[in-house]
Amino acid sequence: MSNEIEPIKDPGLPAHVHRRTDTDPKAAQRAERQVAILFILSALGTLLMIYAYIFIDQDLFIFIPVLGDTNAHQIALGMGMAIALFCIGAGAIHWAKTLMPDEEVIAQRHEFKSDEDDRKEFVKTAKAGAAAAGLGRRPLIKRSLGAALGLVGVTPLLLLRDLGPLPEDSLTKTSWKAGTRLVTDPGDRPIRAEDLEVGAVAQTLPELPAGEHHTLNNIAKDAVLLIRLRPEEFNLDAERLSWTYEGIIAFSKICSHMGCAVALYEQQTKHLLCPCHQSTFDVTRAAKVIFGPAARPLPQLAITVDEEGYLIAQSPFNEPVGPSFWERSS
Amino acid sequence: MTARERIAGNVAGYVDDRTGAAKWMKKNLNKVFPDHWSFLLGEIALYSFVILLLSGTFLTFWFDPSMREVVYEGSYVPLQGVEMSAAYASALDISFEVRGGLLMRQIHHWAALIFMVGIVVHLLRVYFTGAFRKPREFNWIIGVGLLTLGIVEGFLGYSLPDDLLSGTGIRIAEAIIQALPVVGSYLAFFAFGGEFPGTTFIPRIYTVHILLLPGIFLALITVHLMLVWYQKHTQFPGPGRTEKNVVGYPLLPVYMAKAGGFFFIVFGVTAFLGAVASINPIWLYGPYTPGQVSAGSQPDWYMGWLDGLVRMAPPLESYIFGYTISWNILIPGLILPGIMFTGLALYPFIESWATGDKREHHLLDRPRNAPNRTAIGAMALTFTLVSLINGGNDIIATTFDLTINQMMWFSRIAIVVLPPIAFVVTKRLCLSLQRADRDLVLHGRETGRLVRMPSGEFVEVHEPISPEKAWLLTSHEQLAPLELSDLDAAGVRRPGALKNKLRARISRAAAVAVPKATETERRELEGHH
Repeated sequence: MSNEIEPIKDPGLPAHVHRRTDTDPKAAQRAERQVAILFILSALGTLLMIYAYIFIDQDLFIFIPVLGDTNAHQIALGMGMAIALFCIGAGAIHWAKTLMPDEEVIAQRHEFKSDEDDRKEFVKTAKAGAAAAGLGRRPLIKRSLGAALGLVGVTPLLLLRDLGPLPEDSLTKTSWKAGTRLVTDPGDRPIRAEDLEVGAVAQTLPELPAGEHHTLNNIAKDAVLLIRLRPEEFNLDAERLSWTYEGIIAFSKICSHMGCAVALYEQQTKHLLCPCHQSTFDVTRAAKVIFGPAARPLPQLAITVDEEGYLIAQSPFNEPVGPSFWERSS
Repeated sequence: MTARERIAGNVAGYVDDRTGAAKWMKKNLNKVFPDHWSFLLGEIALYSFVILLLSGTFLTFWFDPSMREVVYEGSYVPLQGVEMSAAYASALDISFEVRGGLLMRQIHHWAALIFMVGIVVHLLRVYFTGAFRKPREFNWIIGVGLLTLGIVEGFLGYSLPDDLLSGTGIRIAEAIIQALPVVGSYLAFFAFGGEFPGTTFIPRIYTVHILLLPGIFLALITVHLMLVWYQKHTQFPGPGRTEKNVVGYPLLPVYMAKAGGFFFIVFGVTAFLGAVASINPIWLYGPYTPGQVSAGSQPDWYMGWLDGLVRMAPPLESYIFGYTISWNILIPGLILPGIMFTGLALYPFIESWATGDKREHHLLDRPRNAPNRTAIGAMALTFTLVSLINGGNDIIATTFDLTINQMMWFSRIAIVVLPPIAFVVTKRLCLSLQRADRDLVLHGRETGRLVRMPSGEFVEVHEPISPEKAWLLTSHEQLAPLELSDLDAAGVRRPGALKNKLRARISRAAAVAVPKATETERRELEGHH
């Protein structure tokens, strides 16, 4: 015996073991019947589906354990389809596993790379082709073609230009102006300070001239939340305090992170929470971010009342509302 | 010859006269496909795609992607009289007026989820068994492309009904586009035809969802399958299986019956889910308006990791020379996914660079025999799972009575700490399993039978394992690390020495292994007994 380390040897493909159905004709017949039963079940599934489609009323609800009250039309249609499809599959696989040959066969693989000769021949052909076209010898054609193809490539960009207008300064503007009344959303009613109890929240929009209605584009920038606290609960500098009115403070409802509606107000802690990414803003400190991924407070809208006592904006928002963008200056 | 045979022969002859298909067919009807349950995972994705095409076509017959405002007058009472887009109204009509419409909508949505599960699990199988190695790198890249497009396609699909949940998803997508430095607001305005939400976005993504992306999918899937066919399927190691052969069942009839049957099983299961398991009940959400949102807003699972990353991002923004860079969106929304998907696509090339292995491989690796690769996979998977868990942090917090802050801090720490731990633990585990394999081959299987020796000592009887099993446990290759010298033949420091050093280090790490058992050792041990 040599000193060489001898690896463990490949014993080769194990001998084929016959199945019951290969040796016992009765077992084979049984398997045949089982396959046929599965196919018949499938047909019954399709019949159930047809029945449900035509005869079961779409409004009929039945009680099914586990599922509860269930639409009979939907469940019968769906179960019929599921049975019809599943049983065809189960039958085919059962057939393949019990009655079709199960002896493994061996095929050979071949390396993918071509013969060296073929490779050389290819290079020669490709070179000959290029030479016949004369690209190398005629730089004028090569360069002008390059320029032409490059320019043609611009076409899609050109044609896609009219997909939309340029942003210009529209991201920085909302419909709020000095003196715009705050109206309820929904309902479009102007609001007096006394309509809001301490602890209450209201969603508002700017009042529109009669006949116009709020488009989604407007709501996406104009939505404002009113929250009423006791004035002593605020922890604001003098300027921000002057933007509130009798404990009522107004913030843009559009999250400064990714623009979701900051819809959850926690009355006890006086926190506003955005349900999308859980940015949390402290109402008493001008919506300062106290948690989550938002980097900026919600813009605060300066409010006061007009001579009739309705809440109005003192001035437009002093910064863009909504998520950040490149051109935003702070 | 029976009449039926004559007719079939005539038809086949007619086709062959014009195409010469017989020559190709005779060879390929007996094509051999190796059998293993894990090879079905990709099939699940393929069949789900077919189901998506069928159910999706059905839905297009009734869906109206228009943003025209209508007043709902259908049979769903709670929304009667509500103003909404024609898209949402037609999605409600599919659910309530069209017979079988709700079933098809639910089948379509379930099939999309299963499609993505199929792709991801198939990808994991291919990764952990090393099936991506030469010559299959092209197919790996196509697969990564299909995964990426699948995520986009799924997102566009559930954005179409214009309900409150999907509109919120579009809002977030818009914020990501808008956060791109320099071009962000321009791109957002082009995509949305102006400001968010506008009236053009849903009609546009409808075209992308039902025409452009399915077309690309069809093309990529065709190439993917043609390459599998042409390169022949990989196989697991085992007795009689080599790099030079394929052991399995012939296409006709066994493989065809099994694969065809499996299509119907996948379709049947999807139909069952569509029948009993409600998914995306859009009528409960109401029409989209930017001023509202539903609590517990969740994307579909394959977007969840992305949302989870966004949720845990630190609140960072830079303001430089009057411009804003939103790191809190760019890092989790673009930079990290960019790194993840680029790394994924390049992995086969990185591995072959590090190991210096440029040969063809048709035998799969058992994951334990490639500890470094398996550990890297476990690390990436842990990273993704932590993000996915954080994508549901609100739901988890309410379900398990945690605060959202606890969840978020857990994720922020875990995403940094757990992946390296997963790497180390997985690598150790792989090496321990190798050691166990070695013991099994050398000392045999524990039988559980205790024997008392004349000396009073108790020993457990071990039984040698079968030659087939011993071969399976020892047939893998163990590559030596690359020998990379910093100096060239003339003793001069090579350029790129640092790169070489890195390569040598990775190669050493990849080559760590428990020496596999040999026949020689086995014989020596037998001599002892």
